[in-house]
Amino acid sequence: MEPVLVAKNLSKKYGKVVALDNANLELYPGEVLGVIGDNGAGKSTLIKALCGAVIPDSGEILLDGEKVTFTSPIEARTLGIETVYQNLALSPALSITDNMFLGREIRQKGFMGKFLRFLDKKEMADQARKRLSDLGLLTIQNINQLVETLSGGQRQGVAVARATSFGTKVVIMDEPTAALGVKESRRVLELIGEVRSKGIPIILISHNMPHVFEVADRIHVHRLGTRLCVIDPKKYEMSDAVAFMTGAKQPPAN
Amino acid sequence: MNKISDDISKDLKDQPKFSGDIGDKDQDHHTFELGEQTPLKKLQHFLHGNPTIVPVIILVLSVIAFGFIAGGKFFSAFNLSLIVQQVTIVGILAAAQTLIILTAGIDLSVAAMMVLASVFMGKLSVEMGMPTLPAILIGMISGVATGAFNGLLVTRLRLPPFIVTLGTWNIFFALVIFFTGSQSIRSSDIETNAPLLHFWGERINLGGFVFTYGAFLMIGIFIFLWFLLNKTAWGRHVYAIGDDKDAAELSGIRTDRMLVSIYAVAGLVVAIGAWVSIGRVGSVSPTSFYEGNLDSITAVVIGGTSLFGGRGTVIGSLFGALIVGVFSSGLSIAGLDVLWQRFALGCLIIIAVGIDQWIRKVST
Amino acid sequence: MRKLSLVLASLLAVAFTFATMPAKAGSHVVEACLITKTDINPFFVKMKEGAEARANELGVKLSFFAGKIDGDHETQVRAVETCIASGAKGILIAASDTKAIVPVLKNAQDNGLLVIALDTPLEPITAADSTFATDNFEAGRLGGAWVAAKLGADAANAKIAMLDLNESQPSVGVLRDQGFLNGFGIDTKDVSRWGDEDDPRIICNETTNGNEEGGRTAMEKCLQKDMDINVVYTINEPAAVGAYEALKAIGKDDGSVLIASVDGGCPGVADVERGIIGATSQQYPLLMASLGVEAIKAWAEDGSKPENSPGLDFFNTGVNLVTDDAASGVPSISVKEGMDRCWG
Repeated sequence: MEPVLVAKNLSKKYGKVVALDNANLELYPGEVLGVIGDNGAGKSTLIKALCGAVIPDSGEILLDGEKVTFTSPIEARTLGIETVYQNLALSPALSITDNMFLGREIRQKGFMGKFLRFLDKKEMADQARKRLSDLGLLTIQNINQLVETLSGGQRQGVAVARATSFGTKVVIMDEPTAALGVKESRRVLELIGEVRSKGIPIILISHNMPHVFEVADRIHVHRLGTRLCVIDPKKYEMSDAVAFMTGAKQPPAN
Repeated sequence: MNKISDDISKDLKDQPKFSGDIGDKDQDHHTFELGEQTPLKKLQHFLHGNPTIVPVIILVLSVIAFGFIAGGKFFSAFNLSLIVQQVTIVGILAAAQTLIILTAGIDLSVAAMMVLASVFMGKLSVEMGMPTLPAILIGMISGVATGAFNGLLVTRLRLPPFIVTLGTWNIFFALVIFFTGSQSIRSSDIETNAPLLHFWGERINLGGFVFTYGAFLMIGIFIFLWFLLNKTAWGRHVYAIGDDKDAAELSGIRTDRMLVSIYAVAGLVVAIGAWVSIGRVGSVSPTSFYEGNLDSITAVVIGGTSLFGGRGTVIGSLFGALIVGVFSSGLSIAGLDVLWQRFALGCLIIIAVGIDQWIRKVST
Repeated sequence: MRKLSLVLASLLAVAFTFATMPAKAGSHVVEACLITKTDINPFFVKMKEGAEARANELGVKLSFFAGKIDGDHETQVRAVETCIASGAKGILIAASDTKAIVPVLKNAQDNGLLVIALDTPLEPITAADSTFATDNFEAGRLGGAWVAAKLGADAANAKIAMLDLNESQPSVGVLRDQGFLNGFGIDTKDVSRWGDEDDPRIICNETTNGNEEGGRTAMEKCLQKDMDINVVYTINEPAAVGAYEALKAIGKDDGSVLIASVDGGCPGVADVERGIIGATSQQYPLLMASLGVEAIKAWAEDGSKPENSPGLDFFNTGVNLVTDDAASGVPSISVKEGMDRCWG
């Protein structure tokens, strides 16, 4: 099986500080890849390079086997790499529908749409409803509810629905359960499962070991600017992973 | 992989129900239902979704109240329509101001921009002999240019709009004094050389109500802006930028470009107001509307638009302007000293902002 | 970055040194300051022009300062302090707060500057070395007397709209308003403020900010209280023009309403000619300013101070009622003469 997304020898320096040191990463179709690493290990820089927030000094990124370059998250998005940011990037005072289509609005057909540039609200609402229910987020009372009236986990749902709606090839999720309680985190983990079942691979960055071990198929351990190892959560304990991350233990050569 | 899903499902069955679930449905793990609500909470939610209702209610109540206090002199068709005439210019400025405030900005230079545009229109057509329509066009361009100037300073220099427009207010105003020497262009000269400038001041009598064409134009501007803000992507982006600029940026909205266009559109609206103002005042008066900047902000705030951005309707500002006019007229006819008009205005502002803050507190 | 800051700082220092260098030694240019209430009121714009013209003729270097609005006292205080520090020989000031400005002006005098009050006397009047003033009370009084004479017996039933400046009641607004009522024959109660009268002939006191738009809105509000208003006092001519527009809108521009005003600028006198304003009290800001500049030049040269008008504490630059519709018992000058002497 060919990987969907490959990062090869990515390097990035900020002045004298080395953030990425020939880092590699592979993401295979249909999997959830957990990415863990201590603070300062460079995992956030790696993720930023993959989602377009940071331009690496050297190295290459391959999407579906082809080399790609992008200089902004928007460009990455047009290529199919979607990111669910830690702060969700949702507009609280706008409705769920508005947020789903922010920047990608659908215009009405014909004169109203072409000349007056009127939006097709009904179409957007219908599609929004469909997206949410596709992910198992059923029975929204009001698709035009304002996002700020939703709880943290519900907002995650909307953000994830937005990220998986538009021809996505890869979803990157940055600390999705960091700000959530137990129940809400449950829902998000289920969401991750739903997305995977739609065939979209996910890169999951998280500090929460139990969550990572629960949903990830493979776990990429990042240390000192580069990949240390990739482990199978079924074969290792959480404590092993933490030990690898911090350097307390050396992983077996693989 | 299956093991994980099984584990999760098992966990879920053992968990207590999620917050917000009313009913006993095992499968409904993903509903977005809200909890039980008291009547006050229901009201709060309702107002949250329909913020314009508040100024409408205040307007209706105040008209009725002043009808009682000040009697028939206030409540006559003539006076009520006169109030609309009196707030027309500030109303148009408030429409422009709403656009800016929705982006979490503020424009302290709107009235100065307007007077500057009217000076161009007047000077070129009356004193320099240019045909009226091109002179008006140049006034419009002046409005767009001064607006875009504000927008560029805000986006390029990354200065708060308050500070930028504080500076440009003084700059534009100084230009006005420079071009005119503080002298007005008198009404009779305009009537002789460029009567078109007075167009929006023409009145029509509709069964006792006397409206100016300018008042209809003002309403037209509000309706146009309402469509723009609610029915087009551009309008949605205005709200998005004011609500959370970073989120908007990440959604692919080019916020800097949008902001310049928003300020430019506001400038255009202001320039239309300039033309209308010549009809209202009669002359091109460089010292008039000195308090127009703050008056426009007052109307927007009382109309329910939040100064923090992202929230509010442009129609609300129309009601805000009308409320100010009603209080001003009503208190005057009731025989109260002018300073009470100011006092009442101050109270209205604080009440309006207080209600806005309360409505914002809605969250699960 | 540090280098750039250093270069910029040095440039600034050099520029600053040049800017504050005194005038070439030996040229003995007399320096003076003109401080007006505002710089947007045409009255003060003209005053400044008059001062500047005379100063250029006499070789006096004049610096200009103004408050932001009528009543902006703080800016004027700072202006006086700046003036003292800059080595000027004299200050010409049209004070916004005629009492509160006295201490800082005394400071100026102690530093050897000549203090000349323009337009509005200080309180006490002797706080200034000399005063070239106009009598705003007299200006109002002439207008009131004229209207009363015109109405004759009907003055007893007149309905009067008072269109004032602003709620903080600066002295010019109070003096003109109370002067008008006094001239008309109405008891002013407390003459240091308007609005406290109880004569039923006064229909309203509304504020205009001294501009056309304010005049229009104020007139409309007054008319809403009583459509039969037949006398309008206005604080200045722009307000009168605005009031006229409001009257015109309801068809009362037929001469049935008498409008009185103050200022006497050329546009205002032209409006008297056109019949928009019935009569206006003309003041002479250009004269005040040029006399003031002359006084400072004389003081700088030989330490002499100007003399007051006989029997008065100040030099009265005069006020004349301008109208082509003279009323018996009220002295006035014709519109033609008003145009000859007008400013602006």
